Amino acid sequence: MKEFKILAVLVALVGITYYGIEPYAHSVMHPAVAPADFTFQDVKNVDTSLAGNVENGKVLVEANCIACHAIEKAGHPAMMPNADAAASYGVVPPDLSQAGRIYDKNYLANFIFDPVTAMHVQQKYNPESGKAFPMPSYNWMSPQDIMDVVAYLQSVAPKVADNVEGHKSTFEAACGRCHNMQYAGIEATTPASVIKEHMGANPPDLSQYIKSRGEHYLHSFINDPQVLLKGTSMPRVGLTEKAQEEVIAYMEEVGDSKKAERESLGVWVILYSVIFAILAYLWKRKIWSEVH
Amino acid sequence: MAEFKKADSMLEWFDQRLGVVNFAKVMMTEYWIPKNINFLWAMGVLLTVLFTFLVVSGIFLLMYYKPDANMAFDSVNYTIMQEVAYGWLFRHIHAVGASVVFLIIYIHMFTGIYYGSYKKGREMIWISGMLLFMLFSAEGFSGYMLPWGQMSYWAAYVITEIFGGIPFIGDDLVVWIRGNFYVADATLTRFFMLHVLLIPLAIIGAIVFHFYALRFPHVNNEAGEFFDFDVEAKKYLAGNKKHSKVIPFWPVFLSKDVFVLGVFLIFFFYLVFFHYGFAMDPINFDKANGLKTPAHIYPEWYFLWSYEVLRGWFFEIAGISGKDLGLMAFGFANIIFLVMPWLDRSPVVKPANQRPYFKYWFWLMIADLMVLTEFGKLPPTGPNAWVGFGASLTFLVLFIALPFITKAEAAKVKGKK
Amino acid sequence: MMDESRRGFIGKAFGAVAAVGGIASLIAMKKTWDPLPSVMSAGFTTVDVSGLEANKLEIAVWRGKPVFILKYSADMKPTDGRSVKIGDSYFSVMIGLCTHLGCIPGYEGDKKLFKCACHGGEYSPDGVNTFGPPPRPLDIPPFKLDGVTLVLGEEGPEYKKMTAKV
Repeated sequence: MKEFKILAVLVALVGITYYGIEPYAHSVMHPAVAPADFTFQDVKNVDTSLAGNVENGKVLVEANCIACHAIEKAGHPAMMPNADAAASYGVVPPDLSQAGRIYDKNYLANFIFDPVTAMHVQQKYNPESGKAFPMPSYNWMSPQDIMDVVAYLQSVAPKVADNVEGHKSTFEAACGRCHNMQYAGIEATTPASVIKEHMGANPPDLSQYIKSRGEHYLHSFINDPQVLLKGTSMPRVGLTEKAQEEVIAYMEEVGDSKKAERESLGVWVILYSVIFAILAYLWKRKIWSEVH
Repeated sequence: MAEFKKADSMLEWFDQRLGVVNFAKVMMTEYWIPKNINFLWAMGVLLTVLFTFLVVSGIFLLMYYKPDANMAFDSVNYTIMQEVAYGWLFRHIHAVGASVVFLIIYIHMFTGIYYGSYKKGREMIWISGMLLFMLFSAEGFSGYMLPWGQMSYWAAYVITEIFGGIPFIGDDLVVWIRGNFYVADATLTRFFMLHVLLIPLAIIGAIVFHFYALRFPHVNNEAGEFFDFDVEAKKYLAGNKKHSKVIPFWPVFLSKDVFVLGVFLIFFFYLVFFHYGFAMDPINFDKANGLKTPAHIYPEWYFLWSYEVLRGWFFEIAGISGKDLGLMAFGFANIIFLVMPWLDRSPVVKPANQRPYFKYWFWLMIADLMVLTEFGKLPPTGPNAWVGFGASLTFLVLFIALPFITKAEAAKVKGKK
Repeated sequence: MMDESRRGFIGKAFGAVAAVGGIASLIAMKKTWDPLPSVMSAGFTTVDVSGLEANKLEIAVWRGKPVFILKYSADMKPTDGRSVKIGDSYFSVMIGLCTHLGCIPGYEGDKKLFKCACHGGEYSPDGVNTFGPPPRPLDIPPFKLDGVTLVLGEEGPEYKKMTAKV
């Protein structure tokens, strides 16, 4: 009985200290921020309730987009190699094959209307700084036309499987133009020297971000980088919740590849320890019965 | 040995050559431990087991680790964590074990203080124990640098910078320790040497010394009672086991320890597999970058209290800068536990709660260390800085007052009798 | 008698030789820990300051340390002994490590101050500590002026003049 009392005191002291230096201290150093918003309701230049016309969208895309953007899935290859494209635009323009799948509809429509506002990078691209974002605003297009473009992009986007391959293709489409992922052998399609000029610094390698930032931080950060890191040059990319989950899943598959093994082995080792402790207790009781 | 007769058994063969029968008696079956003990007496065996875990996991990590500023990070986080079969397991055991070993060391150390197991003949046990604490601290610090992440780098930077506060030679000393003007490859390779060879050798030596020092004054017991071990041992050997105050190390003492170990392992492996974040800081999964300071720099949890003693002094007093005052307080904090046997002026060996004044001192000291640990992690801004200062000052006052408190207690106890 | 004193002498001589060997080994070991000659002699960083923008922090790297170079805008007053005149403009040239515990402060141009994220220390644009734990202003690295080029690591007359005043 007395030993339980000692144990209770010990557990209380260790528990209080642990609470203070881990959950509590981290909540002070990393205060909670506004929850992620996957509806992107803050940008509302385009009435996204309009139903888009795929046929008309195809015509508009072929007239307006493919001069800069590839759409491999719809038979429009890139106009020039990545290095040349990067040199001309500052960053490789994205292949739009996946755009209709990975970007939120509301975000995508408003992005076409005004990219800088949708991306939350006004601090960098404004009349004062004199810098212009490589893609022009299509604010002269009617909302109906924009929704037609969105509808077309959604129609050409291929479905991907919910496995590592699928997660990888989402990651490459969403992040792969700027970020390396060394541990997966992925190199940014924009050359490092060019992207440094474009962004002001080299975007970090994401191999270990699942560990250094953690799922919780990434969930909020990818949704809107400005919320956690005000002034960062990383734009809001406007991923749907599902696409973002796929990106994070891929980061985990690469950065913490042994997670499943760790968690299944952990259960067995703990079970073993329990059996070890029970037998040790029975042995101890037998031995001590002679001396008490 | 005049005549050498042919051995009848393997045991006899070895006994003739190595004296194993007598050795087993001295080390195990007739090494006497008091019977009146609780589970806190198992911490020594827990520490021995944990140290073994650290050595074994360390050996396997050493097979793949590359002590080079350009390669270290990836050799740990890619090669060991993702390629090597069970490499992740060895790293988790090593990292979590290194953190938990300090938890057990602190429990072991404060158990010693609580029961007064550092005085009246037990001074050398205490001193060798504190020496082990210092060596483990150096081992922990040098090992933390090796993954070469941001926290490795900046903790190394801040801690080596502390030596710059030493008068006259400080600046040169820092460069000498680092092997460069800043924390660089030369720093990594020399701390690698310290971590995998020199300090472990010293630790093994100190452990042997610690165990040896236990032999003469014997292990303390729950009541702080002094008795004749020879008489009690004779009782035990004569079969009067129930009335003897001692038990043999093997199997009686160890059977209890092994049970405590079993319970501890459940906790330990839970941490290793499912809750390791406290020992593997997320910031350390960013590669070291000497030109980018992380927003918050803090040492591992077991250094927080002494870090806060250093940091609590943030303003000038009587013409001495806050930095120098902090450094002096830090030096004080790191040696003061060593002289504990001479600070406690009372001859009484009893649990703290049965000592009229010491009990207040003990629990106040524990509370103060907890406050220091907590505020050592929090950012030192606004009121936090003042709480840190208060706790740091309290720490100094507690230890300066200890001789007077215990002297008064001794007088009071004597008066009662 | 003879034997004993002789034994005493030989014992002492042997002890002395052993001590010399021991001390010599220690010196050798200490020197093994010394920074390498290549490290010691490494690095004279040169920076051309003619193209710098006013009130915008430039960070050069010298011996692994960041060196802040800040060109003053018209409304910023030079400080005697801390500001360097190069051409027609004044500059701050300082080691960009907080004098508290060595973090790198950031420069906030709109407030015209350096702020250290680690422990909240603040410095004015000339590097004088104005708030928090830093015990002294930012250190000034040895430098030499060569026209509009700043050579870090060499002690020029301007540097000697500045340090002489302090």
